[in-house]
Amino acid sequence: MSTLNPAAAAHDDHHGHHELSFIRKYVFSTDHKMIAVQFLITTLLMLMLGGSLALGVRWQLAWPWQNMPVFGQMFGSEGGQISPEFYTMLFTMHATVMIFLVIIPILAGAFGNFLIPLMIGADDMAFPTLNMLSYWFMWPAIFFFGLSFYFGGAAAGWTSYPLLSALPEAAPGSGHAQNMWLVAVTFIGVSSMMGSVNYMTTIINMRAPGMTLFRMPLTIWSMFITAILQAFALPVLTAAGFMMLFDRAQLGGALEGIHTSFFVPSGIVVNNAAPTVGGGQALLWQHLFWFYSHPAVYIMLLPAMGMVSDMLAAMCRKPIFGYKPMAYSLAAIAGLGFIVWGHHMFTSGMNPALGMTFMVSTIMIALPSAIKTFNWIGTIWGGKIRFNTVTLNCIAFVSQFVVGGLSGIYMAAVPVDIYIHDTYFIVAHFHYVLFGATLFGVFGAIQFWFPKMFGRMMSERLGKIHFFLTFVGFNGTFFPMHLLGVAGMPRRYADPYIHPYLEHLMPMNQFITVCAIVMGLAQLILLYNWFSSIFWGTESGRNPWNANGVEWIAPSPPPHGNFEEIPIVYRGPYEYSSPLVEGRDYLMQTEYLPPPGSDDSGDAADDQPADDQPADDQPADDQPAEDADDES
Amino acid sequence: MSRIFWCLFFTVWPIIAIVVCAISPAMDWAFPGNREAATPLGQRIDDLFYLITGIVTVTFIGTMGALSYVLWKGSKNEDEKAWFSHGSHNLEVIWTIVPAGVLLFIALYQIDVWAIYRVRDHENRDVGPRPSHLVAEVTARQFEWRIRYPKPGTKFTTYKQIKAWLAKPHEGDVYAVNKLFVHLNRETLIYLKSADVQHAFFVPDLRVKQDAMPGQSIDIWFTVNKSGKFNLTCAELCGWGHYKMRGEVEAVEDLEAKVKELKDLQDYDGVTPPGTVPAGASEEATP
Repeated sequence: MSTLNPAAAAHDDHHGHHELSFIRKYVFSTDHKMIAVQFLITTLLMLMLGGSLALGVRWQLAWPWQNMPVFGQMFGSEGGQISPEFYTMLFTMHATVMIFLVIIPILAGAFGNFLIPLMIGADDMAFPTLNMLSYWFMWPAIFFFGLSFYFGGAAAGWTSYPLLSALPEAAPGSGHAQNMWLVAVTFIGVSSMMGSVNYMTTIINMRAPGMTLFRMPLTIWSMFITAILQAFALPVLTAAGFMMLFDRAQLGGALEGIHTSFFVPSGIVVNNAAPTVGGGQALLWQHLFWFYSHPAVYIMLLPAMGMVSDMLAAMCRKPIFGYKPMAYSLAAIAGLGFIVWGHHMFTSGMNPALGMTFMVSTIMIALPSAIKTFNWIGTIWGGKIRFNTVTLNCIAFVSQFVVGGLSGIYMAAVPVDIYIHDTYFIVAHFHYVLFGATLFGVFGAIQFWFPKMFGRMMSERLGKIHFFLTFVGFNGTFFPMHLLGVAGMPRRYADPYIHPYLEHLMPMNQFITVCAIVMGLAQLILLYNWFSSIFWGTESGRNPWNANGVEWIAPSPPPHGNFEEIPIVYRGPYEYSSPLVEGRDYLMQTEYLPPPGSDDSGDAADDQPADDQPADDQPADDQPAEDADDES
Repeated sequence: MSRIFWCLFFTVWPIIAIVVCAISPAMDWAFPGNREAATPLGQRIDDLFYLITGIVTVTFIGTMGALSYVLWKGSKNEDEKAWFSHGSHNLEVIWTIVPAGVLLFIALYQIDVWAIYRVRDHENRDVGPRPSHLVAEVTARQFEWRIRYPKPGTKFTTYKQIKAWLAKPHEGDVYAVNKLFVHLNRETLIYLKSADVQHAFFVPDLRVKQDAMPGQSIDIWFTVNKSGKFNLTCAELCGWGHYKMRGEVEAVEDLEAKVKELKDLQDYDGVTPPGTVPAGASEEATP
C-alpha cells in the first residue's frame, strides 16, 4: 500500500502482533494514550504537592509565626514555625511546581498527548519514542527539584531574578539549591521541546483523510499554536538558564573554569563576600526570562481555551460560534504574545519609551481574548444546555477568564501598573488566569475525556461537589487579593503586618486562608473521584456525550493504534443540531451523508462528494474511498 | 431544579463580587493614606485607576449579564434541537471594533500620564527634575535603606556635578538609615542604587515604585504635596528578609534645615553641644 501517512504504515506493521510486556506497556510505553495517562497522574499528584506548598504560604500570611499543623511539623522548624527562609522557599517552589510540573505538562503532556492523535484520526504520534522520552525527561526535573528542596530550596522566586539567584551568598537557598533548580528547569525545557516537535509534526503530517486545517477541532488548533510557541520561546529560557549556571561560581568539576558574568555587575558586595568582578547587567536576565515566560503564559492558557471551546459546543449542542475568528484569535494571541514581555518590567528601569511600546501591544492582546470570550457566550446562546460537571467547569472557565482578562487591563496601563506592580493585585490576576481559567478548563476536560481514557464515567455527584467547593473556595481566596493589592500589600512578604499600613488587612488574609484550605481539601474529592472511577465508574461506551469529534468513534479505551479503520473526515467538528439529520442532534465528523437530491442514501461510499474531497495536503491515493467501502 | 440552582449560582457570584468592591473603600480595603495620593502624579494614577474601574465594571456587568441570560435561556430550551448557527459576521465585526476602540482609548488616554511621569521629563530636563532638586542617594541593601544626603548647603547646577557626587562618598555627606526626608511642595530628585541584589523603592502613599538595579543608578522624581510620614517598603524579592525593609519617607517644609540637623547629630562628639561649630570643621559650601 502506498501511503504518505506514516501512522497508517506503522499501524499496519504491528497490528495485532506481539503482546507487550508490563514494562513496555505501562512504564516505558510509546503509546500516546499511556503516556498521556502517565502525565496526568504525575501532574495531578504534583498539583497536590504544589497546593500544599501554597497552603504553607497562606498559613504564614494568616497566622504569622504560629506553628503550622501537619505540613509545618513535617518541614518547618521548631515545632512547625515557618521561618522567613522557609517561607521564601515555599512560594518559590509553589510557583515552580505549579508552572513547570502541573500546568504546562497537564495541558500539553497529558491532554495534548491524548487528544492530538485521537482528534485528528491518527493512530499515534509521529515520533512515539520521542514522546516516551518527553515524559521520562520530566523525572530528572522532578528529581532535581527534589534535590533543590534537600539543599534548602531555591528561594529566589520562580522568576529567579539575579543577583539574588546569581550569587550563592545572597540567600540561604541560593547555593546548590539554585543550581539544582536551574538544572531541573533545563530538563523540563527538554521535555517540553520534545513534546512540541512531536505535536507540530503530528498535526501537520498525520491528519486523517479529509481532516483539513479548518476542519480541525479548536483543541487541535490551540495545541498546534502552543507547540509553535514552545518551540520558539523555550530555547531562550534554556540559554538563559545556562548563562546563569555559568555565572555561578561554585560549580566545580569540569565547569570550574567557566565563571562568566552575564548578569553580575562589578563591585557588588553580598553578605560580606568578596566584591564581584564582572561587567554584566542584571536586567538582561529579565529580558531573556520574560521573552520565554510571557509566551509561556499562553502556553499555559491556549490549550485550555481550545478544549473549553470543544466541550462547550458539545454540552450546549450547538456549533461553535465563529469558528474562524476563534482560530485566528488563538493565532493573534500567540503572535502578540511574543512582543509584550516588557510589561513585566515597567518598573525595572528600562528605557521608559520602551514602556509605551509594550503598553500598546499589551493592551491590544486583550482584543483577541475579548473576541474569544464573546464567541463562547455566543456558543452558549440559543443552546440546549446540559448542566453537568463538564458544563459547569467550562462556564467557570469563561467567567473567571473574564475577571482575569479585565484585571489585566489595569496592569497594561503603565501608570497604574507602577502602583500595583508586585502587589497582591498581580497575584490575584494571574491566579484568575492560571487557576480560574486553565484549571477549571482542565477539570472539565478530565471529566469530559475520562470515558475515552478508561471506558468509564466519572461520578457526576462528586464532580459537582468538587466544582462547587472549588469555585467558592477559589473566589473566596483570590477575589479579595485584588483589594489587598489596591491597599498596597506587596507580594512575597513573610510578615506584612510589621508595616503599619498593612496591619488592618490581617482578618482578610485569615478569611482568604480559610477559603484556600477549603479549596485545597476539595481537590481530594477530585483525586478520589478520578482514581475510583477507573475501577468502579459506570461503563460509558464509545460516545457517551453524543459528541462529533473523531475521537468518539474509537472504542473506549482505544486500543493500540486507536481506530479499527482509518477514519475519513467529511466535515468540521461542530455540526451539532444540524438540520441534515433527523432524530438526533449530532453529526459526527466521520459520518458520510449523501449530497441532497441523490438517491443512493443507503450506500455511503459509492461516490465521494466533490466538495468533501480530502484537501491537497492529504494523501493523494484513493485510499479514502476504499476505507469508506469497508464501512458500508 | 438543579438547572435553576446553577443559573442562579452563575448570576449571584458576580453580584457578590461587585458588592465586595463597592464596600471596599468603607472597609479600608483601598488605597492607603485615606485613598488620597500625596503626589500630583499619584492623583492622576488614581484617576486613571477609577476610569479603568468604570470601564471594567461596565464590561464585567455586560459579559456576566449576557452569560447569565444565555444560560437561563439555554437551560429552559424545550426545542428539539439547539439553534443551528455557526456565528454572525456582523456580530464578529461589532465585537471586534467596539473593544478595539475602547482599548485604543485607554492606551492613548494614559500615555500622557506616563509621558509626564517618565518620558518627557527624562528627555527634556527643562520641564522635569533639575539638578538643584537633588535630595539624596538611596542605596538599598539586604535588608535596609541607606541614605546619603550631600553636605548641607551644596548647590548642584549640572548633572555632571551630580554624577561626580554619586561616584564616591564626599566629605561632609550626611548618612541615615531607613528614614528619608524629602521636600514638601517642591520637586524631589533621588538617585536609587543597590548595594547587593535587586530591590524596589515603593512608597504606596506617593504611588512611587522603582526597582533598584545592581550596578545601575536610577533617578526618581516626585513632588509631595501632603505633609506627613509615609511608609517605605521593598517591592522586589530581595531575600529572606524582604518583608523587613521597612522605612519611612517624611516630607518637610525646610529640608535644608532638617539635613543640617542630621549633620549636627552625626558630627556630635558627645561633648560639644549639637548646633555649635566643632573646632576645625569648615562650614564653607562646596559648589
